[in-house]
Amino acid sequence: MDKVAPTILAVRGVTKRFAIGDDEIEALARIDIAMAAGEFVCMIGASGCGKSTLLRIVAGFEEPTSGGVAVQGKPITGPGSDRGMVFQDYALFPWMSVHQNIGFGPRQRQLPRREVQAIADEFVRLVGLERFADRYPSQLSGGMKQRVAIARVLANNATILLMDEPFGALDALTREQLQRELLQIWARTGVTIIFVTHSVEEAVLLADRVLVMSAGPGRIENDIRIDLPRPRDVSSPEFNAVRRDVARRLTSHLAPVQAASH
Amino acid sequence: MSEQVTTLPEGAKSIATEAPALPRRRRQLQERLTAAMLGTSFPVLLVVLWHVGVKYTGTRLIPSPYDVAVMMYDFTFGGIYDDAFSASILTHIWKSMTRVYGGFLMAALIGIPLGLMIGRIKLLRQLLDPTINVLRPIPVTAWLPLSMIFFGLGPNAAIFLVFLGAFYPILLNTIFGVRSVDVRLFEAAAMLGCSGSAMFRQVVFPASLPSIFNGLRVAHGFAWILIVVGEMTGVPTGLGSVIMDGRTLSRTDLVVTGMIVIGAMGFITDRLIVQISNRVLSWSPQHSG
Repeated sequence: MDKVAPTILAVRGVTKRFAIGDDEIEALARIDIAMAAGEFVCMIGASGCGKSTLLRIVAGFEEPTSGGVAVQGKPITGPGSDRGMVFQDYALFPWMSVHQNIGFGPRQRQLPRREVQAIADEFVRLVGLERFADRYPSQLSGGMKQRVAIARVLANNATILLMDEPFGALDALTREQLQRELLQIWARTGVTIIFVTHSVEEAVLLADRVLVMSAGPGRIENDIRIDLPRPRDVSSPEFNAVRRDVARRLTSHLAPVQAASH
Repeated sequence: MSEQVTTLPEGAKSIATEAPALPRRRRQLQERLTAAMLGTSFPVLLVVLWHVGVKYTGTRLIPSPYDVAVMMYDFTFGGIYDDAFSASILTHIWKSMTRVYGGFLMAALIGIPLGLMIGRIKLLRQLLDPTINVLRPIPVTAWLPLSMIFFGLGPNAAIFLVFLGAFYPILLNTIFGVRSVDVRLFEAAAMLGCSGSAMFRQVVFPASLPSIFNGLRVAHGFAWILIVVGEMTGVPTGLGSVIMDGRTLSRTDLVVTGMIVIGAMGFITDRLIVQISNRVLSWSPQHSG
């Protein structure tokens, strides 16, 4: 995309060690990432390569052992509304309706009631859930729940979306539809997205850049720019060439069994 | 969920929805009637066995169901024995209820906030958990002498005993509820800008509500159980004191009458709590309906 866009997110020298019993495990070895505003970055890698840990550090849920994360030049100190996490298992508030879930962030900002309503209405519309606004999460399908989760962080003015295998639990049809919708929302709102996945196809379909990670300790092996024009056609030869290239780089760090998943 | 076709005109819609709804409603009614019949047939059988047992053994220590029915009538309407207990049922129920709900509400008012904090704040948990677990196994009846010293003879000692019995189930279920909330909900709330006391009000409390209601229901049952013990502390009125009086007067018909009234009150109020919890927890798939 735009090469002169300012850096919105900087991960500098982040490492993470966990103590397990008497052992210490190095989960992340010195990660450096710079992301431009509006960029769509996918992180891909085997389970245990630390991609979720890295995402949680960026979200502020965990502290790095060394190094730091800065958003728009300011170091982060914990969770913040500028970075919105979309969890694989949704993490919606089950006692709130769709509308109330989406209005949760604006409510925390002590906005007037009418303004909260208006914002919630707007983002309910953005994800096309007008007819389900009064339903509880337990009455929704997985795809709808994930739409609510996305709308919930966008309604809170998140400029960076952190998505941890958000479509991993969905069936193939719903996943494709949500991928399309996410790209539309991304184009319309200009948010910056970090998207963790272990599907090569999903990464190549969505991302401006794919970061290929490898495990033991987790590190970024490749930083691949995807220059395919959008909308991308998963059945085109160009798409397949890129997909093969990414898959080849991934498999060079992976056991063959795990590489077979797509 | 409803699959009503909203585009149909009013008349057509009512025909379309009512035609299949009627047999379904009738089937539901039938099912409910069967359940009610089965539910009442067993107590009826017990009463018959009771009657036969009393008649067959010729015991004078146990009243027959008929004796109890007469006593119940007199207790409710008077006009048969015309003694201190005639037509006094409402007074006793009311007095007992003030003690049951005095103790129960106090247990809820202290137990729920304390449980939320213990569940969420590690320091508080480490400070209080051992104490709670030592105090909890002490039977409420063991507190009877001390509570009479603390509160004297009278209703306050009864309220205190009910409070003690109701407190632990509420406290423990609240702590358990907080501890079993998905951590991601707290993370999600934190990332959406929620913290401090707002976190307690808006996330910790509602997320723990299903477990809190379990605790309230168990505690409410205990509160009615403990009313007899509570009213052993020398109060003149209340269903527990009626039973104690029946014992000293060797009037077992009065004892059994008091038992039945307590059972009925406990049953009715328990249904009420279930109704309230189903309404409040209508978002939870385990509770709606």
